[in-house]
Parts: sequence; structure tokens; C-alpha cells
Amino acid sequence: MPESHITLEQVRHVAKLARLAIPEDRLADFTAKIESILTYVEQLKEVDVEGIEPTSHAIPMTNVLREDVVRPAMSVEDVLKNAPESDGAFFKVPKVIGGDEDSAG
Amino acid sequence: MTLPFETLVGARDAVAEKKTSSVELTKFVLDRIAKLDPTLRAFVTTYPERALKIAAEVDAGQRTGALAGVPIAIKDNLCTTFGTTTCSSRMLQNFRAPYDATVVQELEAAGAVIVGKTNLDEFAMGSSTENSALMVTKNPWDTNCIPGGSSGGAASAVAGQLAYASLGSDTGGSIRQPASMCGIVGLKPTYGRVSRYGLVAFASSLDQIGPLTFDVADTALLMNVISGHDGLDSTSAQIKVPDYLSQLEQPLTGLRIGIAKEYDLKEGLDPEVKKAVDQSIEVYKSLGATVVDVTLPHTKYGIAAYYVIAPCEASSNLARYDGVHYGHRTKEPVKDIIELFSKSRYEGFGDEVKRRIMIGTYALSSGYYDAYYNRALKIRTLIKQDFDRAFEQCDVVLCPTSPTLAFKPGDKSDPLAMYLCDVFTVTCNIAGIAGVSIPCGFSSSAKPLPIGLQLLGPAFSEEKLLRAARMHEKATSWHKQRAKL
Repeated sequence: MPESHITLEQVRHVAKLARLAIPEDRLADFTAKIESILTYVEQLKEVDVEGIEPTSHAIPMTNVLREDVVRPAMSVEDVLKNAPESDGAFFKVPKVIGGDEDSAG
Repeated sequence: MTLPFETLVGARDAVAEKKTSSVELTKFVLDRIAKLDPTLRAFVTTYPERALKIAAEVDAGQRTGALAGVPIAIKDNLCTTFGTTTCSSRMLQNFRAPYDATVVQELEAAGAVIVGKTNLDEFAMGSSTENSALMVTKNPWDTNCIPGGSSGGAASAVAGQLAYASLGSDTGGSIRQPASMCGIVGLKPTYGRVSRYGLVAFASSLDQIGPLTFDVADTALLMNVISGHDGLDSTSAQIKVPDYLSQLEQPLTGLRIGIAKEYDLKEGLDPEVKKAVDQSIEVYKSLGATVVDVTLPHTKYGIAAYYVIAPCEASSNLARYDGVHYGHRTKEPVKDIIELFSKSRYEGFGDEVKRRIMIGTYALSSGYYDAYYNRALKIRTLIKQDFDRAFEQCDVVLCPTSPTLAFKPGDKSDPLAMYLCDVFTVTCNIAGIAGVSIPCGFSSSAKPLPIGLQLLGPAFSEEKLLRAARMHEKATSWHKQRAKL
């Protein structure tokens, strides 16, 4: 298991992956609290899991599919009724253009 | 001052027999809410007009059903087309759901009068309701104490007699622990027993909706109404729903109570909790039950496994909150869409939610997935196997619900200290089995605080589990106590 010590840099990276704009002056606090939780969960490495299959769903179930028929869907009005910004049948977002890793596209 | 007819079943029968009208009952409850909720703050929103309209329809014979006319509250992470569904978060403070949760439809089809939506830890993440971004809910037994969480508002509403029952949700103990701290009954059904359609998702393999009630019969009645397969929830079980009330009063002969040594915590267990739970074991013995020693060897890894699995699933489920489709959008200038997401999410989510999203993102990220998430899922298998083996020896496992009594706000400000509240409850969600908390005593403090007993049963064993719980209830009178406000 990786070392539980998580750095400010790693937290900055994870925040970016999770799309959370954490200001610099809050990073240290987040890092400290996350680190203590990761330290706690480190004990999971004590367990012998050799030959054990992971369980993603405690109650066994297989693919649940329905018939491929058209059913009433949500109206456009309902879909957009909570949209902070919309235009006709569209959600409005800032321009999405190609660029470097840090921007969209 | 207690609610007329005392219980959900009592009130339902009184309306059905026309001993009271639903309007009268609803007015009584709404008056009580107006008087006491400014102190308790159990409710995020109430719907007096809508509730009275529905009550009038019940009285006019236009609405019927197993819950006809009785005022009920629901946790504010259950989608309703009426009012808002806030999850007690700034992210969804003004969100108006475009559909009703299946359980909401079921309650209303059964004639229930929904009086309001109750407060919770934001997005159901917490064990005290202190993480609500909207308000602080008080415990009716001692308003200096928290009501537990995350269904703290739902528990406080019932314990404060601001509703005859409520629905909450439980991912790691969020029904059972507040029920315990508020001296009421709280059931987490088997995973898949109740449809999750319309429950705002936190951790999809762990979440379940369930009742909080004054007594076990009330829970059985609600379970009759809300259980069953739902085509809109692909994880709901295709398993027949028994009538949970029909055999409820029949005690279980030859009941085997499993006591796991791993639950005898060497530290962190309040001695008064231990004493009350030990006394409950004696109650069961006096009723003819036998006590069996069982072992649940992976118990101590439950919290660690949970605080990997739940944040991982949460990081995925909460990715939908992007400031675009619904919910909070930043008013700050943004240079591109990524910044729109990042600022909206930073502003909309509280700190605990942000922490769990980050832990989950980290544990699922490339290079760490196997070491954290996949490993936790293997330990999940082991925890489930522990219970399977234990249930070969016993019918129910008995333990405390919460290691502590209701505490004061701020007592557990360190996130990890708060997580340790869940030691008795998390493995039930991890294994997908059923668990119920019932009142079993009070502390000896000047303002006595409730203590909860937990019974765990195999998947889909709610009928037997509730009968076992009812046996204890009939032999004691903890469930008849009401907080004085």
C-alpha cells in the first residue's frame, strides 16, 4: 500500500482531478485532515486478501436490462428548469475550445 | 404533552375509525412544529398548505391507504416535485426536483400527509447533522446535544413529536445512529429491499432508505408501504415483500442471539451504553432466547473499508454537480468551463463533502485503485463472509448502535473522531444486510440521554428481525418514553 503521507502537491493534483478550486491558503488544512484519514485506512494492508474476490455489490445481482422500447422521457422544460443558465433547449457554458491540459478541449 | 394516539398505527387507526379527522391531526402537528421547530430545527421546509389539502382529501374519502391521513416527515435528500430538495447543501439550496422519489409516491399513494423535509448532514455525509450547510438540529432529549446523523432532522422530528414517523437514509449508520441517540426505532433495510429511485445518491452500493418511528409496529407498517421491486431502480430486489405486521406479535421461539467478542470494545464504549446493552441481553434470556458466541473477525477494519468505499463512490456520484445542469453556479469570473466547474463545486460543497470527494478521487486514481478501492472491496467480501458464518450459528447479532451517547456540537470536530462513531453500524451496509436500532435505556445524567440496541439480521430477514425487536419492546417500555419539550 502506498505511504499514507500525502503531499500538498498531491492534494493540489487531486483537487484538480475532482474539479475543486481549493485556494492556496486552505490547502494545508485539507492536506492535514486527508492525511490523517489515509493514515487510518492504511490498516487495511494488514489484511490477508490472497485469493479473495472483490465484492462491488453485497447482494448478488446480474445485469438488469429492460426492453429496448421508447418510453416517455423528461420534458425539455423539466430538464432545464433548474439550469443556472440556459438558452432555448440548451444549457449555457463558457466557450469550450482546444488548448493546453489545464483548459477544456 | 404527547401526540394524540401516540403512534403511527394508533393515529392511522383513529383516522380510519373516524375518531379524529386527518385535518385535525395535521393541524395539531403543524401547530407543534410552529411552536417547537424554531428550537429543534428539524425541518428544512414544511408544507402546511399542501399537507392540509391532502389531509382534507383523506377526510373526504378521496385518498385512502395504509397510512391514510397521518402526518409524516421525510429527509431532504429524497426528491420531491413539491418544494426544494436541498440535501442540506448550498449546492442544491434552490433545487426543485423534476420527479418524486418512488418512496414519496408510495407514501402518498398510501394516503400519508407529508408535512415537511428534514435536515441532514450535507449529502448525508456525517454522524451528527453538524455538517448541514443550512442549520443546526437539536436533540429533543437535551437541546445542548446533537441528534446524531446524517438523518438527524428525521430523528429529531419524530423524537420531538413533530411527525408520527419519518423516512431517512442509511449509508453507514445514518438511520440507526440518530434513532439510537433520539430514543426511537430506526431500520436500515437489506440493500435492495427499498427502491433508491429519487434518493440523491451518496454511495450507491451502500445507500438504503428506511423508517424512523416510535415503535417496531410503526416500522413494520412503513416497510409494508415502501418495500418492493422498482423497475426504476436496477439495484432493487425482485424478492417478494411479506406482510411485516401479520406475524409481528408472535415471539420467536428458540431465538439465538449472537454476541460477537469483537463488539466488546476495549476503549471508546461508554460504560452506560455497555450496561444498557448487557441488560437487554438479560431481557432476551428471560424471554427464552439463547445467547451464542459468534465471531466477526474483520469488524475492526469496517470503518477503514467504509471510508475508502463510500468516498470513492461519492466522488463518482457527486461529479454530476457541475454548475451547469442544476445546482449552484459560481458568480466569479471564469476563464473556461473547467474553472466554472471548479469554482462552482468549491463554493457549493462544504468541507466534509470536499474531503470525501478528494479521498475518493485519490483512492480511485491511477496507481492507487488497486491498493485502496480494490483492496477495500476484497475486505468487503471478508466482512460479508464473517456475517454469513455468524448467521449459521445465530438468528440475529446483538450489539450497541452507537459507542457513545449524544454528544455536544463541536465535541468531534476532528473528522476521524466523528468516523469512529460508526464502528457498530458500517459493516451492516458493507455486507448489505438488515439492521435495526431500538431504544434500550437512558443514561444517568441530569438530562437522561437515550441508548440504542442494535439487532443485525441476514439479508431479507426483516420479518424475523422485527419480530425479535418487538419481543424486546413488549418486555420493556423504553419506546413509550417521550422527550419533554
